[in-house]
Amino acid sequence: MKFDWFVIPFLAGLTFVFGFCCIKFYLWIQRLSRGEKALLKKHFFSPSLWVSIKEIFNESLLHRKIFRTNALLGYMHTSLAFGWFLLIVLGNIEVKFYSHYSVNPPYVPIFLNYFEPNTAPHFFGRGFRFLMDFLLLIILSGVALAYLKRFQPNRFGMRRTMQHQVLDKLAIISLWCIFPARLLAESFSAALYHNGSFLTNTVGKWLSFLPVDNLIYPAWWGYSIVLGIFFFSLPFSRYMHIPTEVLLIILRNAGIRSRYFNHPFQQVDIYACSRCGICIDACQLSTLGYATQPAYYLRSLRYKTQHNELTENCLLCGRCVEACPVGIFSTDIRSHERTLGHEMNSVHYNFSKNIPKQKNVEVLYFAGCMSHLVPGIKKAMTSILNQSGCSWSMLDEQETVCCGRPLLLAGQITAANQVIMHTRSLIERSHARILVTSCPICFKTFKENYRLNANVLHHSQFIKHLQDEQRIVTQRISAHVKYHDPCELGRGMNVYNEPREVLSHIAHLLPTNHEKNKSLCCGGSLGNIFIDVDSKLQIATNTLQQMDIRSADYLITACPLCQKTFSAVSPIPVKDIAQLVADNLLLANAENKNNYAMISENA
Amino acid sequence: MPDFGFSIQSSQPIDLDKTYRAVYNFVKEKEPSIQRCIYCGACGATCTAANFSQMSLRKVNLLLLRGQIAEVRQLVEHCLLCGKCMLVCPRNVNTRKMILLIHQALKMPLS
Repeated sequence: MKFDWFVIPFLAGLTFVFGFCCIKFYLWIQRLSRGEKALLKKHFFSPSLWVSIKEIFNESLLHRKIFRTNALLGYMHTSLAFGWFLLIVLGNIEVKFYSHYSVNPPYVPIFLNYFEPNTAPHFFGRGFRFLMDFLLLIILSGVALAYLKRFQPNRFGMRRTMQHQVLDKLAIISLWCIFPARLLAESFSAALYHNGSFLTNTVGKWLSFLPVDNLIYPAWWGYSIVLGIFFFSLPFSRYMHIPTEVLLIILRNAGIRSRYFNHPFQQVDIYACSRCGICIDACQLSTLGYATQPAYYLRSLRYKTQHNELTENCLLCGRCVEACPVGIFSTDIRSHERTLGHEMNSVHYNFSKNIPKQKNVEVLYFAGCMSHLVPGIKKAMTSILNQSGCSWSMLDEQETVCCGRPLLLAGQITAANQVIMHTRSLIERSHARILVTSCPICFKTFKENYRLNANVLHHSQFIKHLQDEQRIVTQRISAHVKYHDPCELGRGMNVYNEPREVLSHIAHLLPTNHEKNKSLCCGGSLGNIFIDVDSKLQIATNTLQQMDIRSADYLITACPLCQKTFSAVSPIPVKDIAQLVADNLLLANAENKNNYAMISENA
Repeated sequence: MPDFGFSIQSSQPIDLDKTYRAVYNFVKEKEPSIQRCIYCGACGATCTAANFSQMSLRKVNLLLLRGQIAEVRQLVEHCLLCGKCMLVCPRNVNTRKMILLIHQALKMPLS
């Protein structure tokens, strides 16, 4: 067996990383519940495993999602990850041609030019040498870009970058040194044995003025040592994301999600964060100077540092989750952490009194707390519902009740469950088949936490159905409008198209720079407990600037909270989608009063 | 003495120099915006919980200043954290954070 003492740093590092990952992965998987383990097992023996393998190839190696953020940034990641991967694969294939043994220790392909210096004249030898040089060049271009990114992050589409810890910096520097060290060692080898190709031969020629004979052995030592340093720092630095992301993709595709704080899947999420910093630009709180983004939050969770502020200071708008190239559900982790230790002292809701008797209706309308602050929405929905000719009633006309989500967002599970129980009993009393709500916050919680028999619709969806079935008729106006996707309705519930279709029937809908899942938060979010109202208004102002609303006559939104927040700072009128529809209602034909079976079936 | 059906109430003076301010100070330290309150009562007028209780954040704030912690405890347990008070507040007090901090203080041995 071929051996030389200089492979020891590399071999020790590799063994360490392998052992560390095996133990860590085993501990995580062991902590999964029995049902989750069964899901994982099922995933391994089903065709869906191919989905995972494909995703691992696309995301862990090709980094396709980063290409969507910025092409140059994507190329940098692909050249390093996929280039290095191909280098290892090709190295292993190449070894098969030269080695006398069928099984080789892992260091032989890495240091092949040391162990087998006379490969060039061999059959395929030149081809292999050329490919290896070509891959090394690609990787070196990636390293050069990584250097450049330190100084000019703007060129990579990043306005703000992550402030790294000492250990991360050590790991980055060793990573940066690996490939130049390989180039040096292989160039010396090429200068001595002429076993290189276009790159190493050329560099070897340039370096031939040096005492190559004496330098080649230290160069191999150097290459092995930087590899060793990188491997030893990997488990404790951001580069732990490389092995963990593979596990994350498999667990996620098996259908496992983090259900409570410190769930094993959450640990995988935390270790899979590469701290690339893409979430920093996505987060609107970074414009206010807060370092509260998932990269920082997950880091403080991983190293168990103090982070009460980070847990609370998040809008839970979901922009970071949408932007994350690894697909980490960081908002879930924050929500779960909020349930710990901050339970309210005691809650006491004496709801039971004064519950008005509900008549049996087809459509039950729930305005929601926030809509009571914007009575225009209630009024608009009243005239739309009257015009539609269906039997309806309003659940919270006299007394507002809460849906419970504001408590949930603050981590108050026990209190929220009391509210949810009460409000659900109110809803079910009416036996309505359709529940329409004006507030996306209520909408999300009705859908996710209530398990109602009624079909829950946001009012934009309901209006869309009314329009489609011509139960209401609207006139066209010449106004130009821009639509703002509320976080809870868009990223929260994936309702993007219905409001747009409703609007395009009435006015000219102008596009914005932040459409659909890229939409900006108004800042008013109840998810953030930490920042004060002034900061929220500042976020709202920034959002309006970025949406460039001055070219429109109205800003339209579908959430009373967004409307209230924007109205305080907007130079143009802000309207709810229901208000625009109600303002432009034409008299509908009265005979079209068939029942609502169609809507409840279609929806 | 004839029985009038009522009696003279014993006086309940509040000496502002001697009141129990630990809870108020705890909240003030973490959420300074509580000091901006002008006791206008907009929060209480819009409060969802006020439909079925005596909850009013204005009242809570006054009681905190007077050190009447038992009364505060009775009021804040009705809060739904819906945040309407925050939206109507003319002084931009971070009311939701305030309520959570009061709850936190009430759980501590200092009260």
